[in-house]
Amino acid sequence: MPEALLELAGITKVYPGVIALDDVSLSLHAGEVLGLIGENGAGKSTLMKILGGVIAPTAGALRIGGQTHHALTVAAATRTGIAFVHQELNLFENLDVAANIGIGREPRIGGPLRLIDRRRLRQGVAPLLDRLGADFGPDTPVADLSIAQRQLVEIAKALSISARVIIMDEPTSSLTISETERLLAIVADLRAHGVAIIYITHRLGEIAQCADRVVCLRDGRMVGELPRAEITHAAMIRLMIGRDLKSLYIPPREAPRAGGCTLAGVVTTAFPDRRIELSVRHGEILGLAGLVGSGRTSLARTVFGIDKLLGGEIRLDDRAVAIGSPRDAIRQGIYLVPEDRKRAGLVLDLSIRENITLADLMHHARLLLIDRGSEAKVARAQAASLSIKAPNIETQAITLSGGNQQKVVLAKWLSMQPRVVIFDEPTRGIDVGAKTEIYALMRGLADRGVAIVMISSDMEEVIGVSDRIAVMHEGRVSGLLERDQFTEYNVLRLAIGQTLEPTESAA
Amino acid sequence: MRKELGLFLLLIAVSAITAAINPLFLSGVNLLDMANLIGMFGVFSIGEGFAIITGGIDLSIGSMFALLGVVFVDLLTEYQVAWPLALLAIVAGGVVLGAVQGFLITRLKMQPFIVTLCGLLIYRGAARYYTTDSSRGFGYGDEADTLRTLAAGHVYGVPNTFIFLVVLAVVMGVLLHRSVYGRYLYAVGKNEEAARFSGIRSNLVIAGAYVLSGGLAAISTVLLVFYTNSVSPSSFGNFYELYAIAAAVLGGCSLRGGEGSILGIVLGTALLQVLQNLVNILGIPSSLNFAVMGTVILLGVLADQQLQARRKLAAAAAGTARAAAAPALAHRGQQT
Repeated sequence: MPEALLELAGITKVYPGVIALDDVSLSLHAGEVLGLIGENGAGKSTLMKILGGVIAPTAGALRIGGQTHHALTVAAATRTGIAFVHQELNLFENLDVAANIGIGREPRIGGPLRLIDRRRLRQGVAPLLDRLGADFGPDTPVADLSIAQRQLVEIAKALSISARVIIMDEPTSSLTISETERLLAIVADLRAHGVAIIYITHRLGEIAQCADRVVCLRDGRMVGELPRAEITHAAMIRLMIGRDLKSLYIPPREAPRAGGCTLAGVVTTAFPDRRIELSVRHGEILGLAGLVGSGRTSLARTVFGIDKLLGGEIRLDDRAVAIGSPRDAIRQGIYLVPEDRKRAGLVLDLSIRENITLADLMHHARLLLIDRGSEAKVARAQAASLSIKAPNIETQAITLSGGNQQKVVLAKWLSMQPRVVIFDEPTRGIDVGAKTEIYALMRGLADRGVAIVMISSDMEEVIGVSDRIAVMHEGRVSGLLERDQFTEYNVLRLAIGQTLEPTESAA
Repeated sequence: MRKELGLFLLLIAVSAITAAINPLFLSGVNLLDMANLIGMFGVFSIGEGFAIITGGIDLSIGSMFALLGVVFVDLLTEYQVAWPLALLAIVAGGVVLGAVQGFLITRLKMQPFIVTLCGLLIYRGAARYYTTDSSRGFGYGDEADTLRTLAAGHVYGVPNTFIFLVVLAVVMGVLLHRSVYGRYLYAVGKNEEAARFSGIRSNLVIAGAYVLSGGLAAISTVLLVFYTNSVSPSSFGNFYELYAIAAAVLGGCSLRGGEGSILGIVLGTALLQVLQNLVNILGIPSSLNFAVMGTVILLGVLADQQLQARRKLAAAAAGTARAAAAPALAHRGQQT
């Protein structure tokens, strides 16, 4: 075996009161894709920050290209050829692609004037974009790019410093299925060119597809390693949570009841020339699949009254309801758990109690003055029944983990009388353990007679959790699948606008 | 409350030092004069605080004083309107101006800074044009005697303006800290989108803050008019919006929105007035007035930020420790 490109020996990081990393050792070879998995809080981010030179380890050593370091600085990490493609992209939207890729390393002309040599900058960037098969040029403003395209910019940036190690942190969390496929192809190409890649994700399917080796962190310790041949979902999940995970699907307690929410010819602002027909019954979980941009979020926003309803009708138990604002929707018992919980789901600076009662404050008020005792009672009950992990209900939402924040958003709606709840990407960025809890909560709600719509781009989730799946394509519902038709293949066909193969529907 | 306590201690310390150097600081006349000023400035600073808590700002207050002030004096002297009607008209005027600004900010999505800056320019200009730049004043002071006594009188030596501020602060404190509207205001100030997604009509909440600011500015106009007895449209209330912003910021309001308390704003107002008084009473050249104020605000906000950063760091360290020790809420609930 050739000498490792990157070697970590006994890396330990201690924070006051907590050991974030405990004696972690691993090695990485040129042309290898190393999958790094672990639940949130397992220490993945800490390890990556050490590699990026953002923080220094308490003990241990890094060996890069034959040189031993006890700690890296950001500059040293870049110099040794370690590059990051971040979960939350770090690009300047107001600059163009070339400027972003060359930032901090702009070629200069004009001597003491230090002007940027824009021509040379562009010439340097163009071949990198070609190599990645980008469909945009160096002059394109980043603001005009999609998330997938921005990711290519990040990768091009890594290539531009001739990175030997590229660390990808949740690179596909905002990508559509086809964009994910393309990214995985690029990963394979980079590997063929001898670049080593550390691939961090919660999406185990991607790891199974691209990784040569998987290591797993749990509670700051390295708990296991799987060679290529042994990478399976079950094995990875076992490593991550230290036990076997049962199948995702929890069947409903009873058959869905009649009635529910029906969209009759609904027209949204995103696709003003398309009409949407869809219905979800009380007591069922309807998965809403489709590519990003197929109009799912826009539909959710319209039903919840954020975006204007341009046409058609929203019916609740066969009665048309007028929804012109979230207030109207909430009054009807139609709630939305939004995609971006930090921006739209929670007021992060408020406490758990204040977040939970925010939508229902009038019920906790007498003469417009808030009764904090009544608030605390409801918040405490919700926190307990949803197992929200926090010191107490006065804890600020910002200090909670993603899973617990999502539970606070849920608690806000559960404390009222939900009839229809729309979940938009309910488990994005949430670790495996908390995911199963959220699924169980959704099923519990459905069993109480609530109609649930779950928008998800995570194929495992859509297939594993839904009772029925509706698939959207370019602003309309392109097909409905019953459980016996649930396959990744079927969902994908509908998502790209094709129809089901006759044999499938006959079966 | 920690912020308010710190501010209170600072206020006491500055007062004590001033009194030690010149005992005249504690003389009855001086204290009452200060109380009167604190009362008048506090009223509109509270209004400004509401605008700032929404994440906005109201720059138009000072010019509103000039416009509403000349109209008020004219109503009483020129048109001989009964004082309750004049008072009502002025308050309504302030509310309407605030509502217009609120409408432009929320429905037409204009930036508060720009809307209220234009308000500042327009109201001042209107006041000067309306009076052809001449001062408006009361004759021999027998107009609206009742209102004058209410606005500029005192009870057992305590200026009515100060008493009014105390009552107003209690009412506004309950509104901001205990009412549904107050909670909505903080939520909208911190994260308007999340507030909207919770069914809060954020436009109404924000516009309401500007209406309050306008209304309180109108009440302040009346207090100020009876204090100065005349209104010179080009200088009346000049820079007063900056006093209000300074008081609010000193009192713990963040210009990013979602933070601040009524007690803090009142203490901030008091500190500013004590500083002004200190410049006079210690014989510091009055040209340094603004410089002293600026320095104290700068140091105050800087100290507050440093302390907050340190507290946050400590809280973060404690937080990670807690997270590692796998906490409680859930288990307690399951056992019961």
